[in-house]
Amino acid sequence: MAEILRVEELTKYFATKKGTLHAVDGVSFSVEEGKTLGIVGESGCGKSTLGRVILHLHQRTGGRIVFQGKDISDVTPAQLKELRKDMQIIFQDPYASLNPRMSIGEIIAEPLKIYKLYPSKEERQKKVREIMDVVGLAERTYSLYPHELDGGRRQRVGIARALILNPRLIVCDEPVSALDVSIQAQILNLMMELQRERNLTYLFITHNLSVVKHISDDITVMYLGQMVEKAGASEIFAHQYHPYTKALISAIPQPKYNAPDQQIILKGEITSPINVTKSCRFAPRCIYAKPECFEREPQLEEISKDHFVKCHFVREINGL
Amino acid sequence: MRRGGVGDPGAGNPTTALGIMGLVPDPPGEVLSGSVLFEGQDLLQLPEKNMREIRGGKISMIFQDPMTSLNPVMTVGEQIAEVVLLHSRMSKQEARKKAMEMLEQVGIPGGRCDDYPHQFSGGMKQRVMIAIALACSPELLIADEPTTALDVTIQAQVLELMRNLKREYGTSLILITHDLGVVAKICDKVAVVYAGEIIEYGTLEDIYTDKRHPYTIGLFDSLPDIENEAAELKVIQGMVPDPSNLPEGCKFHPRCPYAQEGCKHGRVEPVQISETHMVRCGRFRSGEV
Repeated sequence: MAEILRVEELTKYFATKKGTLHAVDGVSFSVEEGKTLGIVGESGCGKSTLGRVILHLHQRTGGRIVFQGKDISDVTPAQLKELRKDMQIIFQDPYASLNPRMSIGEIIAEPLKIYKLYPSKEERQKKVREIMDVVGLAERTYSLYPHELDGGRRQRVGIARALILNPRLIVCDEPVSALDVSIQAQILNLMMELQRERNLTYLFITHNLSVVKHISDDITVMYLGQMVEKAGASEIFAHQYHPYTKALISAIPQPKYNAPDQQIILKGEITSPINVTKSCRFAPRCIYAKPECFEREPQLEEISKDHFVKCHFVREINGL
Repeated sequence: MRRGGVGDPGAGNPTTALGIMGLVPDPPGEVLSGSVLFEGQDLLQLPEKNMREIRGGKISMIFQDPMTSLNPVMTVGEQIAEVVLLHSRMSKQEARKKAMEMLEQVGIPGGRCDDYPHQFSGGMKQRVMIAIALACSPELLIADEPTTALDVTIQAQVLELMRNLKREYGTSLILITHDLGVVAKICDKVAVVYAGEIIEYGTLEDIYTDKRHPYTIGLFDSLPDIENEAAELKVIQGMVPDPSNLPEGCKFHPRCPYAQEGCKHGRVEPVQISETHMVRCGRFRSGEV
């Protein structure tokens, strides 16, 4: 299958009062058309920044972004506008990402107006109603305002708005995290169905591991701006090699009676990504850390087919 | 004993807790009827003055959002000492010492007691909240979504801390959450709440291995399962009803796959299906199941 997006050594640093914040630091991956790459990590690991840098919502510091075979690392504003037709984003918070003073119909039609795609109002309305039907928004919501809808329906509006330009790639930044459990499932099903029908590619950013497993083909685990492990979705849940991934997966409380308690409790908190040194960034919290881990940064290494891990002692820890 | 209250947001969980604490804002809220018996005493009949002694002393509460529940212009040490000074006869020095002890207990170095909330991370702020709630060794702790705002690995640390409380101090806990995984981890009994009513209540085992109410079953089914692959998630149709406009009869009937004519009218009374297990569903009354 064709590769649709590739990033190489992508970095994004922010200058802060205390020093340079390494939000994204040397991340590389590629995604095939019609697939979903899940990007998992805890708050502050740079996963949202990564998504935004790919869409040029943040200017990158270094590295390359290749989309549909073209290098889009540096684009002019005019080129970017064209590009945005093919790359869209769904935001986490359906409450904050919709303009409260626009009706649902207007919100969904706005991208069409910006790109002057359907000059006549009637055609635009027809297109909007079509897409509303696709995402399961009732006809009567057309003239309602965002505050009149519940969270699940608002997120459907966000999806409709992202879909109306018929994009190839959608960055989904925690799209179900703000929703009720029973509504989450509806939205996830909708997104998977749309993917099948339209051969969409998703970058699915989330901290929720059960959700990411359900929707992703491949999963990337991030820690402090770096990729620490990457593999197929079922592979990574079957074998986690990086100590952080192990702790992350073991920490999910299982909704089961008498679930075996094999939880690994990490010490401390996520450390600061400001002025990082050449070391393994996970070392301060790692139960296996050795002096070497604080001196030298490990490289991402292919441990088994398509399974990459960034850890000096990955073989030793896992008995490989 | 720890009880977990499970339900979608808007189901009425937090309000129940606020009712126990006597914190329902009035107006618009008013506790219409019922009683809250705590150690044999009805808290709803208690004058505000006595209630203040209980609140924070014998019963304390942890709120969901540590970012907004701490006072930003007081050091965390002062905030812990404040509770101690209110409920015991300690001197200011003693209270400060107690505050440092409490911080140590939740895994924060005592030396940080002069820091302000913004200097702590989310997980640490939640632990400061727990330290405040535990400062007077309450007999009952009400925790409203205590880990929802936290990352998974920090959530694991906080849950472990709460489990230890029971072991060491015998603190009772009412945990309010929508996370069925968290409930499985630390609760003994579970009450499933829908539209302001307990629709199923039983031991952890009853609810997790022998769930009976269609809503409870739907809730479990809608979770993506880490261990099994399913192409499509099952969903509960429809939306949580607007609490100001609840449906007549069984409040779940518009979304229930088993709803029948009889479900649309009248009040559904709870049915005891075993010594520990209660279900509020018309099908059990009519002996259908």
